Amino acid sequence: MKKLLKSKSLIFTSVLIVLYILISVLMFEGKLTRSQQAILLKMCSSIILAMSLNLVVGSLGELSLGHAGFFCVGAYAGGYFAVNANLPLPLVFVIALIIGGITGALFGFFISSTILRLRGDYLAIVTLAYGELIRSFVKIIPALGGTRGLIGVPSLGARGKQFLYMFAVVIVSFILISNFTRSRHGRAINSIRDNAIAAQSIGININRYKVMTFTISAFFAGMAGVVFAFFKSNLEPSDFTYNLSIEALLMVVFGGMGNLFGSVVAAAAITALPEILRDAEEYRLLIYAISLILLMIFTSNPKLVELRKRIMPKTLFAGRRKEGATDDNA
Amino acid sequence: MIMLKTVDLGISFGGLNAVNAFNIEVEEGELYGLIGPNGAGKTTVFNLLTGVYKPTTGSFSLAGVDLTGKSPTEICNHGIARTFQNIRLFKNMTVLDNVKVALHQRMKYSLASSFLRLPNYFSMEKKMNEEALRLLKVFDLDNVKDHNAASLPYGKQRKLEIARAMATNPKLLLLDEPAAGMNPNETAELMETIRFVRGEFNMTILLIEHDMRLVAGICERITVLNFGTELASGETSKVLKDPQVITAYLGE
Amino acid sequence: MQVFFNFVMDGLNLGSVYALVALGYSMVYGIAKMLNFAHGDIIMVGGYAIYVMFLQKDLGIAAAVVASVIVCSLLGIIIEFLAYRPLRNASPLSVLITAIGVSYLLQNIALLTFTSELKLISGFIKLPTFYVGPVRIDGVSILIWITTLAIMVALNYFIQNTKTGKAMLAVSEDRGAAQLMGIDVNKTITITFFIGSALAGLASVLYIAKYQKIEPYTGSVFGIKAFSAAVFGGIGSIPGVALGGILIGLIEALAIGYLPDTLRPASDGVAFAILIIMLVLKPSGILGKTKIEKV
Repeated sequence: MKKLLKSKSLIFTSVLIVLYILISVLMFEGKLTRSQQAILLKMCSSIILAMSLNLVVGSLGELSLGHAGFFCVGAYAGGYFAVNANLPLPLVFVIALIIGGITGALFGFFISSTILRLRGDYLAIVTLAYGELIRSFVKIIPALGGTRGLIGVPSLGARGKQFLYMFAVVIVSFILISNFTRSRHGRAINSIRDNAIAAQSIGININRYKVMTFTISAFFAGMAGVVFAFFKSNLEPSDFTYNLSIEALLMVVFGGMGNLFGSVVAAAAITALPEILRDAEEYRLLIYAISLILLMIFTSNPKLVELRKRIMPKTLFAGRRKEGATDDNA
Repeated sequence: MIMLKTVDLGISFGGLNAVNAFNIEVEEGELYGLIGPNGAGKTTVFNLLTGVYKPTTGSFSLAGVDLTGKSPTEICNHGIARTFQNIRLFKNMTVLDNVKVALHQRMKYSLASSFLRLPNYFSMEKKMNEEALRLLKVFDLDNVKDHNAASLPYGKQRKLEIARAMATNPKLLLLDEPAAGMNPNETAELMETIRFVRGEFNMTILLIEHDMRLVAGICERITVLNFGTELASGETSKVLKDPQVITAYLGE
Repeated sequence: MQVFFNFVMDGLNLGSVYALVALGYSMVYGIAKMLNFAHGDIIMVGGYAIYVMFLQKDLGIAAAVVASVIVCSLLGIIIEFLAYRPLRNASPLSVLITAIGVSYLLQNIALLTFTSELKLISGFIKLPTFYVGPVRIDGVSILIWITTLAIMVALNYFIQNTKTGKAMLAVSEDRGAAQLMGIDVNKTITITFFIGSALAGLASVLYIAKYQKIEPYTGSVFGIKAFSAAVFGGIGSIPGVALGGILIGLIEALAIGYLPDTLRPASDGVAFAILIIMLVLKPSGILGKTKIEKV
């Protein structure tokens, strides 16, 4: 029992479930304004996207600037299916999710297989290029509505009902990704991040794990896209620009790289901020940018890291110390 | 039984022969040293033996199995493990996890088990924990198992690196300058550890070193490398007295 | 035929500006070993400097050009000092993320100051049009080509023959060794950013002269395409980068020209597709050398 209580992931999952129940009740009782409801729904796809990116950036240690591309193919694939299939609601959603996820995964598999020789800067740029290339293609495929976009993804019902479905996907995704990062596969991926050459020396096939990580990450990004499609109902290519990839990156960095629950919190916050900061809207993006730069400097500059350790011994940033399945074996 | 055998193993980079016709035979359970001036190609030999580089000439085999041209993963599975000149631990992971990762190839469960926490996950993780802890105990590191690997003192870090290598259940252990950066006390402790590993696991050990006390102290036979070519080899005490060897070292 | 030549002209113009931008990108990448994501955005800032000087303050071409180059150069140095230097020894991932942050910052400052409205800057540089047979060549195009060529020659000479230039070369080859030989690495990198950003300032002058418009996001996509050009031709080689720029410019102009209407929205994708193909097949580019990495 003690081990169960010590398990961070179990605590986080419970928090999510509690929030799930709470917010659903609030929604069904009509206690939330329209815009608040819209934000909570929008958060769902952002959270899943941020978690998916965390796998690549936080766990594997590589920078992908093209996740908007996986989000995009998932959204269009799932959305297209939903528009054209005549199936009852919950079923359409579930099948669309699977289709979107698999489509994302296929793209993730293919793309990552081609870029195995690249690292760091070049990897980031090529993922960005792929993301934009995908968007270019989507703009010219007539079946997907071209520049005007895909319209008519069915609604899941009243806002409360939508939340019920969408946040369920968030919770399931969280559990699955969390389990994965604290398994032998997650450990292997972390070791590649920490010291690829050493990882190779203990028999870890780096290419295999890179492709695996991208594929799984793209699967969840694709599912996030489907959730987005059901939220927005109409998809346009301009929904999936490189800016989306950057926003997702912000969520991962601010939440703490490798910290899955951090991504959840950061994604929720960054999605909600435009509403909360409505008056300071113009400065919001500016603040993000400055915060990002300051955050990177404070966490990466050796002198500042030392200074920080002396002032605040136990901070949020220290979160990455004990990664790995030693967390809980309950 | 001959554990490691190389036949004219060599590699050239853009016309430069980094390693030239390297021939060595290491007996099972032997403590064999590889020495030579800086830049002689010793680490390159290790890189060849672990599959990091593919040889341009020659071949090598482990316990009779030809490993030439195989990938690092395959070579690790066949039983060659190594440590590095600059200690390469997984700095963001605990001591225990550093060893657990190395059990990766020996104790497996499927992706599905990882995602869904199937019973296989729990039984295998338990096994891994036990095995990793057993190894840590052997190296006297079990009391720091939950510490961050980077927080250990230098000597213990080196031990952890060796423990991690041992977790892959190797037949041959390659140690690249294990005493680098150590004071005499740490070096003496290291010598004990190496002797212990050889005895306890009947391990065949090939080590690169500059510290002549260590080499003379524990290596039974050595090979001297200079400019990628073998200069002398044989019983340690005899080779160390060889005038050519002395010139190679003093003349640089 | 006339149409084809016009597309080729467009391509050469676009290509020249790409080449100039790519030179700056490439220099910083080769010497400071980092991808300055914000490079394209520095050009955008230069463009706004021209807008302010020329349109808002009505100060004439010379003032605008000088303003652009100075603003960009200073901006480059400031960015290097404040955002990149503290991370000199951090992981490449951190540096990359910071560069993205800087890019984001510049875009949003511009957004805040000038709004997202597309600003037109017409009549910036007025030059006569020439005719060579049936082909129409406007003066601005000639200006672009001459400027780009002159800068490349000057840069090449600078790197090969001056002390600072050789220091830059040394730092790009082996930073540690350069330091041991007494080269002030910090100063060298600062100068690199200075020159690279000055080039960006010039590029923005040429860009505005040709395309006569600016908005906050102009720089980033342009910058990425310019980087594609650099990779395509071969980072680390001045003729390579120039070649890459011209080729990408030509391919893009021809694609935009000849693609049927239904496919035209995908014209942006052409430069990206080329980048992907190049990085996947030969990351060192057309004229680059494949490097053997030592473990």
